[in-house]
Amino acid sequence: MHKTDRIRSLWVDELSRVEGEGALDLVLDGDEIVDLRFQIFESPRFFEALLLGRSHTETPDITARICGICPVAYQTSSINAMEQILAIEVDESIRDLRRLIYLAEWIESHALHIYLLHAPDFLGYPGAVAMAADFPDEVRDALRLKKVGNDLVALVGGREIHPVNPRIGGFFKAPSRAELASVTTELEWAIDAAVRTVSLVSTFPFPDLDLDYEFVALSAPNEYAIIDGRIRSSGGIDASVAEFNDLFVEEHVEWSNALHARVRDRGSYHVGPMARFNLSRDQLHPIALDAARHIETVVVNPFRSIVVRAVELVHACAASLDIIARYVPPDPPSIEGHIRAGEGHGASEAPRGLLYHRYCIDTDGVITDAQIVAPTSQNQLSIEEDLRRLIPTITELPDEEMQHRLEQAIRNYDPCISCAVHFLDLRVSRS
Amino acid sequence: MTKPTLAIWKFASCDGCQLSLLDLEDDLLDIADAIEIAHFPEATSARLDGPYTVSLVEGSITTPRDLERIRTIRDQSNVLVAIGACATAGGIQALKNLADVDEFIELVYATPSYIDSLATSTPISSHVDVDIELRGCPVDKYELFELVGALLAGRKPDLPTYPVCVECKARGVSCVMVAAGTPCLGPITQAGCGAICPAFDRGCYGCFGPAETVNAGSLADRWRELGVDDERLVRSLRTFNTGAPGFVEAAASVVE
Repeated sequence: MHKTDRIRSLWVDELSRVEGEGALDLVLDGDEIVDLRFQIFESPRFFEALLLGRSHTETPDITARICGICPVAYQTSSINAMEQILAIEVDESIRDLRRLIYLAEWIESHALHIYLLHAPDFLGYPGAVAMAADFPDEVRDALRLKKVGNDLVALVGGREIHPVNPRIGGFFKAPSRAELASVTTELEWAIDAAVRTVSLVSTFPFPDLDLDYEFVALSAPNEYAIIDGRIRSSGGIDASVAEFNDLFVEEHVEWSNALHARVRDRGSYHVGPMARFNLSRDQLHPIALDAARHIETVVVNPFRSIVVRAVELVHACAASLDIIARYVPPDPPSIEGHIRAGEGHGASEAPRGLLYHRYCIDTDGVITDAQIVAPTSQNQLSIEEDLRRLIPTITELPDEEMQHRLEQAIRNYDPCISCAVHFLDLRVSRS
Repeated sequence: MTKPTLAIWKFASCDGCQLSLLDLEDDLLDIADAIEIAHFPEATSARLDGPYTVSLVEGSITTPRDLERIRTIRDQSNVLVAIGACATAGGIQALKNLADVDEFIELVYATPSYIDSLATSTPISSHVDVDIELRGCPVDKYELFELVGALLAGRKPDLPTYPVCVECKARGVSCVMVAAGTPCLGPITQAGCGAICPAFDRGCYGCFGPAETVNAGSLADRWRELGVDDERLVRSLRTFNTGAPGFVEAAASVVE
């Protein structure tokens, strides 16, 4: 950070405790923002181009590789899209197994973000390892919570990162009742630990910043939507997933390797735990709803997203336990569809928000078109707007504190920058 | 005595391999006790300047900026370890190396772009000396633990170079290719995952790249007997380790 008489410029060249590579560029003239850019310079990997010419059956394995933190989300959205084309309707036992591995990913991802990435901001540590010196029990609980989620993903999926078991039509192999029952005791512990997490993070100091967002999330009739649903928003949207491109547009801005999404003819929107909570709070598991009793019914302060994430952690643990209790292995574990040419749309609720996939396949089942819209690119405009609202309230702070507060505001979104970079455009420079 | 230092670096990747370190939940605090984590932006905002005892490098080289960064990292690292298929073979994004570049540009140039990207995605070893490579998409976290432990103890890490078939036998999984007629890359893929896919009734899809010896002709014959066309076999070899020499040669031999 350099200071002249009036102009302050701040350049955070490597954001920490986010997944992937991002940066923040801010120029202030007095209290006025001259330039603000939340940059994503993660190297583009061109997944939508790489998918062309591949078999539709490969999408769960290939798209998982977009994100090591939420591979199940990618697998699920891609499977939903392909099953729409192949006219596959899976039964409740397969849906339960899908919910279970997805909830387990929420547990792993939320525990990681709450404790290892975000809590250090509020408590004033560079990271969880440093935090462990003063908060040993909390960090040990955090790692144990994360492990419960990971163990459950591995139990259903074969391994924590890039699970091998999910496929179009269901699973390659259904785990036995006894295998799933092996995590029951740990999940019971995890529910209590997650409830303690809600209490802990509720005591954190939150800056005052109430914002007016359009919240967008999936919604389902009988559950806190996770594996599928209709797209709903606090601005009145109620539409099928197939209408995604009618509702939202993506645009490319010069300073970022990710696309910015906005509601067509409106503006930014907000996806993720706060959107889900604000739109579907009543559908939370009763234990989670009870844990949320002291929390406002509509959360509009982005810094309080950590509290909502903790409530969802309770939900994910409790809902997982319920599924295991009623689990009957699907037989057969997967259903075959009929390959035909067509277009399919799929969405699900990744830990950090709505994840949309669209594919076209030909009569041989070969992919001819692919579109993937990740949560972080949908939130990118909201993140920048949050920063614009926040900055005027903190210009009195010394440089270092101001930078820290801005980084914290970005981390409110649990941004997954590796995921955000998914698009097709590139300029080739030859060496 | 000063602690050895560990630095984690990221290039084009999904973050999954460095996440494997955080997924060692039972051992993470002990690791952090034995070694100073000097650079790990995904986990901590604290940063120490180099040189570093050990650098773990995730991801492939895809931008002009990457070329400069990896040389700087090499200069600052006593031991440089490439972790995961992106770092050891260019990753799935190396598929663009196979595309007709002009056609690819045409395909994607419909809208103007502000991206700087190299025409290829290449492994770390294409640009600097790499001391150890840890395979996998993602790496196996226990192999990663073994590797870090071995480096701290000053011994050679115990990492297999034999194929997945050995792990199937050790795990007591019956051969999916023999018993169920499921095409499997296990016979030519390096072990390390623990034969996860066959244990879940599916064929290995080659996450860990080629084993020390690859008998591509024999595998191709077996797949053809199972009714798999050569196009699918080539595609299978050109996925997460498309740039790994053993798979490049195997795919080329099938194409011929």
